[in-house]
Amino acid sequence: MTVGRVALVTGGSRGIGRAIALELAKRGHAVAVGYLSSEAAALEVVDEMKSAGGSGIAIRADVGDPEEVVAMFQTVAARLGPIEILVNNAGIRHDRLLARMGIDVWDEVVTTNLTSVYLCTKQALRTMLRARWGRIVTIGSVAGISGNAGQSNYAAAKAAVIGFSKSVAKEVGSRGITVNVVAPGFVETDMTDDLSDDVKAAAAASVALGRFGTPAEIASAVGYLASDEASYISGHVLVVDGGLAL
Amino acid sequence: MDRAEIESRLKTLLVSELGLDEEKITPDAKFETDLEVDSLGVVELLMAIEDEFGVTIPDEEAEGIGTVGQAVDVVAAKLGA
Repeated sequence: MTVGRVALVTGGSRGIGRAIALELAKRGHAVAVGYLSSEAAALEVVDEMKSAGGSGIAIRADVGDPEEVVAMFQTVAARLGPIEILVNNAGIRHDRLLARMGIDVWDEVVTTNLTSVYLCTKQALRTMLRARWGRIVTIGSVAGISGNAGQSNYAAAKAAVIGFSKSVAKEVGSRGITVNVVAPGFVETDMTDDLSDDVKAAAAASVALGRFGTPAEIASAVGYLASDEASYISGHVLVVDGGLAL
Repeated sequence: MDRAEIESRLKTLLVSELGLDEEKITPDAKFETDLEVDSLGVVELLMAIEDEFGVTIPDEEAEGIGTVGQAVDVVAAKLGA
């Protein structure tokens, strides 16, 4: 039933990316786990996929660097085959009130969260166009839809990937390639670990389901959009936030 | 590889990759109007050319390719033919 494909998950060693890599492996895909500095964690993800009967590799690249992105795609193609499913997950936050935000903090977040999506998606299209099949899923954020104090850089980049994905969806739809965004709300990851208990409690109270989501709950949405079943969904933003601020 | 060979291999590529009518493929034929290849199709063609001839066509250079002859020119220049 499920056709095993080749997938790349950027930022796949930890948090939501890790859960996405495991989900795609569970669905029978060969998964390249992208990482920048967490090699040990990426290798652990690969081991976990393999012990569950899946296959995959760990691949290091700075996704904000054009040459490293090209090299990453070449390496994955040589070892697993051309990438058919791309999950743009790599991202960082560097929160600061705008009045105190230097250009370096702005650039860092925009490069990692937005420029990386441009670079990886462009590279992925090379083989997807000719294959007449492709799935591109980018991880956005509810911050990109509703905004968030202290996250003007992050929210701007996450809003931008929505416009980007909708545009590319229109460009490549005729070739059987879908381009979507999954926008998580509050999720239990390293990225939210540093919030104080008070902030976490207040955040959870603003969610209809009354709790933070798990990485696996985000991953299952990505796994669906990357599947054959989701063949008629493109240019969509799937919000996975437990009913945040309804 | 001389120019004639490039032209002939390109013609084969246009027929096999894009399913174009061989009769219509002349040096002056414009991809988007004469050959009815959409803009994305031209992009795909350039990628196929890169693979076929082992050359790299930068994005800026790709913008200047509108006809079959111009595509041959670019490949010939890169291969020194």
